[in-house]
Amino acid sequence: MTRAGLRHGAGSILLALLAACASKPPATVILLPGQDGTTGAVVVSDGESRTVLDTPYATARASGGQSIARRTASEQEVKKDFGTTLASLPPRPSKYTLYFLLGTDQFTDETQKQVRQVLVEVAERPAAEVVVIGHTDRVGTELRNDQLSLQRAQRVKTLLIPLGIPENRIVTAGRGEREPVVPTADNVDEAKNRRVEINVR
Amino acid sequence: MKRLSVTLLAFVAMLMAPVASADDIGQVKVTSGAVHIQRGAERLPALVGTRVRVSDTVVTGDDGSVGITFTDNTLLSAGPRSTLVLEQYAFNSTTHDGKFNARLDRGSLAVVSGKIAKQAPDAMVIKTPSSLLGVRGTEFLVKVEGAE
Repeated sequence: MTRAGLRHGAGSILLALLAACASKPPATVILLPGQDGTTGAVVVSDGESRTVLDTPYATARASGGQSIARRTASEQEVKKDFGTTLASLPPRPSKYTLYFLLGTDQFTDETQKQVRQVLVEVAERPAAEVVVIGHTDRVGTELRNDQLSLQRAQRVKTLLIPLGIPENRIVTAGRGEREPVVPTADNVDEAKNRRVEINVR
Repeated sequence: MKRLSVTLLAFVAMLMAPVASADDIGQVKVTSGAVHIQRGAERLPALVGTRVRVSDTVVTGDDGSVGITFTDNTLLSAGPRSTLVLEQYAFNSTTHDGKFNARLDRGSLAVVSGKIAKQAPDAMVIKTPSSLLGVRGTEFLVKVEGAE
């Protein structure tokens, strides 16, 4: 900025800021109904005002300087304006829950069927990744369960590799006791919570 | 002989596969038309399987579109004439704590938010030139006007 510019002081800076704001390209946000039947929410703000979109096809347009305009979009409009974009969304991750024969690392019959399905999906999906996530019940400390859940996931990984899934396509995680299928009090021995989840994505 | 060449092809494909790195935050799953990833001074073609990192800029051409799956299961696609900067990303796969900030300078996006947004309502933010979008979940579209 020049000396002359500086002398104009705060007033001209504010004007310049407002002008910069007004020349920004407007942006439109459309909330979609979720595929699971629930609709989430997006909070839209432009620095001055904010609005919450939380119903299917609720739409907000922020244009800088003016207030945020709201309306409801039509499905046809979404198809027309976002058809190409939506067509490029990656396939949704799938989820499997594996159980083991008591006290072993042998899959149950049902789990063996699921593992075969995992292999089919790995072959079909683009750049498929397999995420193996271990879970525990609430017996023992949280820290111990974090370790145990990760060990459980790593053991499943070693079972998947010989079935033909490349090692560099498998990642492991341990969620410990944070995500029980059956919520229980602490230190309850609940077999349904001792499991491994597989996401293919 | 045929089996040998298939084995050989598989081996070559394995050698060519990008090396996994702890810096990877997602992978390209869908790509069509002209799409590239700007990483500093490097311009990388966006192919199925290309891994993206924090600070990458995803750029699509007039006929380009791209779909990326992130490590927290967020799905995101960008339509033609888009510029998307992956400003900030962190995901703890044990606690699901994390941060996901992206900036759409032009073009359009479709988003299905993942575990980061589910864990904490303020953890995922999409910026546009004229607004900030706080993501509470899960599926939404964004378009910045003026690219056509």
